[in-house]
Formats: sequence, structure tokens, C-alpha cells
Amino acid sequence: MAEPVLAISELRKTFGALKATDGVSLDLRPGEIHALIGPNGAGKTTLINQIAGTLKPDAGSIRFDGADIGGLGVAERARRGLGRTFQVSSLAPEFSALRNVMLAVQSVQGSSFRFFRPVMRDRSLTEPAMAALERVGLGARAHLPASELSHGERRQIEIAIALALGSKAFLLDEPMAGMGPEGSKRLTEFLDGLRAEAPILLVEHDMNAVFALADRITVLDYGRVIATGTADEIRINPEVRRAYLGDEA
Amino acid sequence: MASRETLLNIGLALLLLVLPVIANYSGEPFYVTLATRIAILSLAAVGLNLALGLGGLVSFGHAAFFGIGGYAAGILATHAFSGDPLIFGLPGTKQMLIIWIVAIAAGGLAALLIGLITLRTSGVYFIMITLAFAQMIFYFAISWPAYGGEDGLPIYVRNAFPGVNTLKPLSYFLVCYALLAVGLVLFKLFQDSRFGAALQAARQNEVRVASVGIPPYRIRLVAFVISGMFTAVAGALFADLNRFVSPSMLSWQMSGELIVLIILGGVGRLFGPVAGAALFVLLEHWLGGITERWQFFLGLILLGVVLFARGGLIGLIAGRARHG
Repeated sequence: MAEPVLAISELRKTFGALKATDGVSLDLRPGEIHALIGPNGAGKTTLINQIAGTLKPDAGSIRFDGADIGGLGVAERARRGLGRTFQVSSLAPEFSALRNVMLAVQSVQGSSFRFFRPVMRDRSLTEPAMAALERVGLGARAHLPASELSHGERRQIEIAIALALGSKAFLLDEPMAGMGPEGSKRLTEFLDGLRAEAPILLVEHDMNAVFALADRITVLDYGRVIATGTADEIRINPEVRRAYLGDEA
Repeated sequence: MASRETLLNIGLALLLLVLPVIANYSGEPFYVTLATRIAILSLAAVGLNLALGLGGLVSFGHAAFFGIGGYAAGILATHAFSGDPLIFGLPGTKQMLIIWIVAIAAGGLAALLIGLITLRTSGVYFIMITLAFAQMIFYFAISWPAYGGEDGLPIYVRNAFPGVNTLKPLSYFLVCYALLAVGLVLFKLFQDSRFGAALQAARQNEVRVASVGIPPYRIRLVAFVISGMFTAVAGALFADLNRFVSPSMLSWQMSGELIVLIILGGVGRLFGPVAGAALFVLLEHWLGGITERWQFFLGLILLGVVLFARGGLIGLIAGRARHG
């Protein structure tokens, strides 16, 4: 079996008495979509935050692309190829969609300490950014400020940013949230193709999308992993049904 | 086609150049001095606008850099006048070009040291810590008798610039105007560059910038240092205009004035500092002639701008700022 791109082991994080992450281990293999599901408050976003570097775990290790990244900051992890989208879209609101993505392109190209060349006339920035926006279907809206775009469109910008970063793994935190059924369907198809480029750790509440996409599913409850397996194994797991799925699945 | 803001900027730049020339040849040198003050305060505020307008770093301590630039001019001129060596046997100088370089280096170094610490904080804490550093330097200047202490330091003859008689008001104005022009061109280049993109994005959303792999702290630190350099060179010009440096250049009122200039003119706008400084100096002149309490009316205007015209004068005339 191929070496995992991302491997976390025995991760722990407590907030006071709350065990938000309680000895979580999971990995992400090349070419797969690994879904992370669980009820609200199960610690999914907390886990993503620790992988991306916004939160520091109390214990445990995170290996990415063959190296321990536990001691690195957010910016350094992103430069190494961890492409993250946020549960609540996090963009530069005054900048156009294009300029938001150009920021990622500029980061990939190296230094931001260039003071004289105007970015809007720099085709090595605008062209890759435009290409990424077109891939997510936002080419026509590229020049509007992020603050004037719809909720769903802002999520698409986030994915375009992760694409432009040339990420080696994607951490997608509820990419379908706030999208209509049509948008979810298109995004599901898009993510299905994206896994060939880089594996995806997908946090998602839309179970149709999860069961359609995921090669493996990990279920979190109260910060602990209660089950890991293929979609079919998870669907019939009694503990998962009790904790999360109920009878809907 | 040029945007409305570009046309407005060109108009302001021409007015600030042409009016003093007319004043000079109609025997009104006082207005030339007034215009010189506008140009110098504009340059100081262009520096602050880099940190505050583009980077969202509300520094309440930029008087520190303004004063350091002023003292660089005063101290070098004093040593040139007395003939005493400065340090390591180096003499003072009367050459503005050298004074400016020293002012820029000193202002940049101070901004680096202050920025290294203050930029670890944000919001109200950043405002207060920048203020605290500026006050430290203020009290140091007051209690340092070698260079005049509380009484300040006179510059007996205005320093020299090659090929220009700086004693003539119009000539000195043109020197300051040229430096302001350089400052504005650099600001515009920085604003549109990769560095400017990262800096402005960090103001809007720090997490986003870090998440694409750009460290906001380093970007801000470099912006703060460049900002301090601009304001310091303006301080050196200001000292030469008044032929006098005193701790008041380092005071918190001075820091506040620079912020007020930017808010009046338009935060983050290229010509915001110029519009703000012109309004400020002209109000000070006209209203100050009518009543000693002219700052009461300045306060009213500031209130009006904050409540009804967030983009300042530039925003009022040219509309909202646009980013590509």
C-alpha cells in the first residue's frame, strides 16, 4: 500500500474540561477522499484546525509529505502543500475573486517581498488565478469583490485558492454548506475528479455527497474516533447509527 | 480612461505646485512657507498611510520617527556648525542628502526595533504600545541636555542641497515637493505590487494570508519599517523648514495630528495625506486667524468626516476605493 500523504496519530486537545480531540489517529492516502463525519461539536473543525496549524495540539504527532509538521506555523504548512478551506468562508472581502486567488499564486511563486511590479499587469499571476477560477466555474465573476458574491460563490473561491496553491492534500471543511442542490451536485462531481490530483480530507454534513464520494469514512463523536471504514461498513455500523446517522441512512 | 480619482490626484498635485509659485512671484512668500508645510506633513502622512491605510496598523507613535528625522538634521547641523566630531571622530554635515540618508536609516532602525515588539499585538494594544514607545523617546529627548533638552535645538542656517539656494522659500519648497512626489510614486508602486497585495490582504483577513503561506508578521514588519523611513525623512525636512527641532516633534499630539491628516484626506488613498494636510494647514491658518480655539472647528469637521464621509475628502469627491 502507498505511503499516506498525511498521517496523524494520537492527537489530543482539551479546552478546560472538554476533550475536543481525544486520541485521534487517521491517515490520508494518495488518490482517496477520506470523509470526516460526526454530530455538531464532535471536534471535526478542531481537528482540521490542528492539522492546518491554527490550533496547537496538546499531544500527538502530525506527519505530512514525509515530515513531522507539528512544530510549523500555518503559513509554512500551507507552503508545504496543505490546502485548506474554511467552514465559514475566509477571504479578503475588498479584493476581487481574482485577487484573492492571485494571492495564492504569488505565494507559490515565492517571495511576497517584491515592491515595484504591478500585480494586475503580471500575467504570471493573473493567468493561473483565472485558470483556477474557471475550473470551479467562477470565471465570469472573477472581477467582483468577494464581499459582493454569494455564499456559495465564496466557497468556490476558497477551492480555487486551494487549487492555485498546487496543494498536495486538501482539507475541505464543509464545502457544500450553504449551496443549493444544483451547486452541491456540481461540486460533488468536481471533487470526484479532484482526488486524482491530490487526496482530500472532507468534513461534510451532506450525507449524499459523503456516501457518493468517500473511499473511507471516519466518524468522530465527543472527540473520539468511533468508527473507520468504507461507506458500506459505516452505513451498517450500529454505533454510528446511534450516535449520528439515525435511521436516515 | 483615467478614473475620477486619478484626475483629482493630478489636480491636487498641480495646485500644490502652481499656487506657491504664483504666491512667490506676487510677493507673498508666507504662502510659500505654508505650502512647504503642507508638502512636508503630506510626506510624513504618506509614510503613516503605508502602515495605517494599507496595512491597517493604527500607529499612535509615528511622531517618534518624525522627531528622530528632525533630530538627525538638528544634531548633524549642530556638529557641522561647532566643528566637534559626532561619534568615532566623524564630523557633522550640512548636506541635506547625507542628512536624509541618516534620517532614513535612523527612522528605519527605530521602526524595526519598535515594530518587532509592537506587531506581536493588535487592535487597542498596538495603538497603546506604539504610543508608549513614542513617549519613551519623547521623554528621553526632554531629559538629554547635550542637544537642548526641553528647549530644543536651533539650526542656525538651513542645510544645503547641491545646486539649490535652500534659503529662498520657493527653492526649498521645490525640494520638499520633489521629495513628496518621490514618496507618492513609491507609495503607488508598493500599493500595486505583490508586497502591497499581501499587506492589504493581511489588513482585511490575516488568517487568509497565512493560509496561502504568506506570513503576515513579516509583511507588516517590513511595511512598518518603510513607513518609519518615510516619516523620518519628512521630519528632517520639517526641522530644516523651521530651522529648529524640539521634543514637540516627538509628542503624542504630533502622532495624533498625522492620524487626523489621513482620516481627513482618506485612509489608504494615494492622495489622502495630501488632501488632509492641505485642509489641516489651511484651517489652522484661516480659522487660527479668527479664533485661538480653531481646533474646536477641526474637531467638528473630523466628526463630520467620520460620520458621513468615511473615505475622507478623496472618497467624498472620487467615490469608493476599487481593487482590480
